[in-house]
Amino acid sequence: MDLGLISSGIRLAAPLTLAAIGGLFSERSGIVNIALEGLMLVGAFAAAVATFYSGSPWFGVLTAAVAGAMMAHVHGLVCVKFKGNHIVSGVGINILAIGATPFIAGALFGTTGSTPDIARSLGTWSIPGLGAVLGEYSPLVFLSWLAVPVAYVLVFRTRFGLRLRAAGENPWAAETAGVNVARVRYIAVLLSGVFAGLAGAFLSIGYGTSFVRNMTAGRGFLALAALIFGKWTPGGALAACLLFGFFDALQMRLQGVGSIPPQFVQMIPYIVTMLVLAGAVGRARPPAALGKSYDREQSSAGI
Amino acid sequence: MKIRAILIPAIAIAIGLCVGAIVVKMAGESPVETFALLFGSAFGSLKGISYTLFYATPLIFTGLAVAVGFRGGLFNIGAEGQLILAAFAAAWVGFTLPFLPAWILVPACILAAMAAGAVWAGIPAILKVKFGVHEVINTIMMNFIAIGLAGYLVTGPFLGPGGQMPWTRPIAEAARIPRITGFADRLGIDLPAHVPLNVSFLVAIVCCVLVYVFLFRTKWGFEMRAVGLNPKAAEAAGISIAKNTMATMAISGALAGMVALNAVMGYNYRYIDGFSPGYGFLGIAVALLGRNHPAGILCAAVLFGALVEGGLTVDRVTEHVSNDIVYVIQGVIIIAVASAAVFVRARRIRNVAEINV
Repeated sequence: MDLGLISSGIRLAAPLTLAAIGGLFSERSGIVNIALEGLMLVGAFAAAVATFYSGSPWFGVLTAAVAGAMMAHVHGLVCVKFKGNHIVSGVGINILAIGATPFIAGALFGTTGSTPDIARSLGTWSIPGLGAVLGEYSPLVFLSWLAVPVAYVLVFRTRFGLRLRAAGENPWAAETAGVNVARVRYIAVLLSGVFAGLAGAFLSIGYGTSFVRNMTAGRGFLALAALIFGKWTPGGALAACLLFGFFDALQMRLQGVGSIPPQFVQMIPYIVTMLVLAGAVGRARPPAALGKSYDREQSSAGI
Repeated sequence: MKIRAILIPAIAIAIGLCVGAIVVKMAGESPVETFALLFGSAFGSLKGISYTLFYATPLIFTGLAVAVGFRGGLFNIGAEGQLILAAFAAAWVGFTLPFLPAWILVPACILAAMAAGAVWAGIPAILKVKFGVHEVINTIMMNFIAIGLAGYLVTGPFLGPGGQMPWTRPIAEAARIPRITGFADRLGIDLPAHVPLNVSFLVAIVCCVLVYVFLFRTKWGFEMRAVGLNPKAAEAAGISIAKNTMATMAISGALAGMVALNAVMGYNYRYIDGFSPGYGFLGIAVALLGRNHPAGILCAAVLFGALVEGGLTVDRVTEHVSNDIVYVIQGVIIIAVASAAVFVRARRIRNVAEINV
C-alpha cells in the first residue's frame, strides 16, 4: 500500500469528519440534518469569498463557520420553532444553497458560479517527526481531528451534553427534568452549522483554492452516512470518515485506470451504511426521538 | 380546510418570490422587470407555454411519486435514484431491441422504466418491513448507489460514440414517442420545430387522474391512506402494514420511473449521464406545494416548469441574474412550506382538545 494513497485519504476524510461531527450534535439532539450538504456548500462559498476579499485564509475559515451557523439557524427555526418536517427543511436548504452560492458568485465576480483563486492559502502543517512519512496537511485536517475529542467531551461528559442527548432520546422526560428542549436543540443545530461550515472551508480553501459550483458533490450526505456507520458516536464517525476518505482517494486513483470501475468503490460507503442499518454489520440505533418535532402541548404517545 | 389548502401554498410561493425579488434587487436588476420577463417568457406565448409544460412533465411524475409515498406514510426521497435507473432501463430496452415494432417497443420501454423504478424503491421498502429501518436514510443511500451504477453502465459497457457527457447509443426510432409539434402542424398552429414538448405530458395528466382515482376512489387506495394516517388503527382494522408499505414504495418508484418517458423516449432519445437536475428532490417540493393531491401537483409542477423556462430566459437576457435564481426561489418555497406545519398543527391540537372535552 503506498503512502500517497493513505495521505490523500486522510485529506479527503477531513471534510467528512468535520461535517459528521456537526451532524452528530444535531442528530443526537433529535434534529435530522440532511442539510449538511447545503451547510457545507455555504461554508465553502463563504470561506472562498472572505479569503479573497480579506486576503486572510483564517478570516475565511471563521467566516465559513459563521455562515454555516447562519444557514443552520434557518434549519433550527423551521425544525424547532415552527416544528416543521426536518427532512423537508433539509431538502429546501440544500436546494437554496445550490442556487444561492453560484448566484452570488456570479453577481460578485461576473463568473458562471465560481470564485477567483485565493492569493494566500492556509499552508500546511506536519506532525513533528512524522512529516516525512505521513506528509503535510492543511491545518483544517488537524482541526478535524481535534473536533472529535471535543465533541466527545461536550456530548458525553458535560451537563449540556446530557441535556442534548436527553432531548434526542425523550424530549418529554427531558422537559420534565427541567431541560429547555427547544433551546438545546437550537444550539445543537447551530453547532452543526459551525462544523459543516468548517468542512466546506476545507474544500474551497484547504484542499482547493476557490469555490466551484456544487463543489460538495454529495459529501454532506456521505458525512451523514459516516455518522450512521459510526453509530452516532464521535470515535465511530471518525473511523468511518477515515475509511470513506480512503475509498474516495482510491476511486480518484482508479479514474481512467480501467481495472476496477471507480464507481464501484464510490458505492461502497453507501452499501455498508445500509447494511449497518439493517443490522447485518452490528446494529446502529438512532436517537429515539430523532426526526420528531417536540411540542410541549402534545402528548408523548407517538414515541 | 378548503381555504387552507390554497392559502398555505400561496403564501409559500409569495415568500419564495419575495426573497427572489430581494436577491434580484441586490444583484442590481429590477425585480419587477425580471419577474415580468420570467413569467412573460413562461406563459406569454404558445412556444413559452410549451416549454413550461415540457419542464413541468418530469416534475408531475416525481411529484406524484413523492405524494403517493406521503399518502402511504412513507418519505420517498429516493425518487432521484429511481428515475435515473429507470431512464437507463428504458434506454437499454430502446437500443437493445430495435427490431421490435413500435406498438411492442414503446410499452416495453415504459414497463422497463416502471419496473426499474419500482424495484429500486422496493429495496428500502423491504428493509423497512423486514428490519424496521426508516426509509429516508436508505432511499438517500440508494440515490448515490443508483448514480454510481448508472455512471458505471454509461461510461463502461454501454458508452455510445460522440457526446460531451457520457451517453449511450440512441434508442430505436420505434421506441420514440411523438412530439407535440407534429400535431400542432396538422392543426395549423405555428410552433417552432425545436419545441421539445411531447406526448409524455399527456401521459402525466393521465397519471394524475389515475393516481386520484386510485387514492380516493378504490379500496386499495383507501387502505394505503389509512396506513399513512394511522398505522396502528389500520392494522387493528385488518389492513396489512407490510403489504401496503411494499405497494406504496413500488407505485411511488414506478411513477418516478416514468420520468424516462419525457427524458429518454420523448426528448434525448438516449440515456445521458447526469440528465436529471434533481427532479426527484424537486418532486418533494411539488408534492408538498400541491398538498399531495394530483390536481395540486399538476399546478405546482407547471409553476416550477415556468420558473425553469423563465429562469433560462432571464439568464440569457439580463446581465446580473443567472438561472440559479430559480433554485433560490424553489428552496425558499420548500422551507416556507415546511414552516407552515406549525399553523396546521396548532389547529389540529385544538381539535383534539375539543374532542377530549
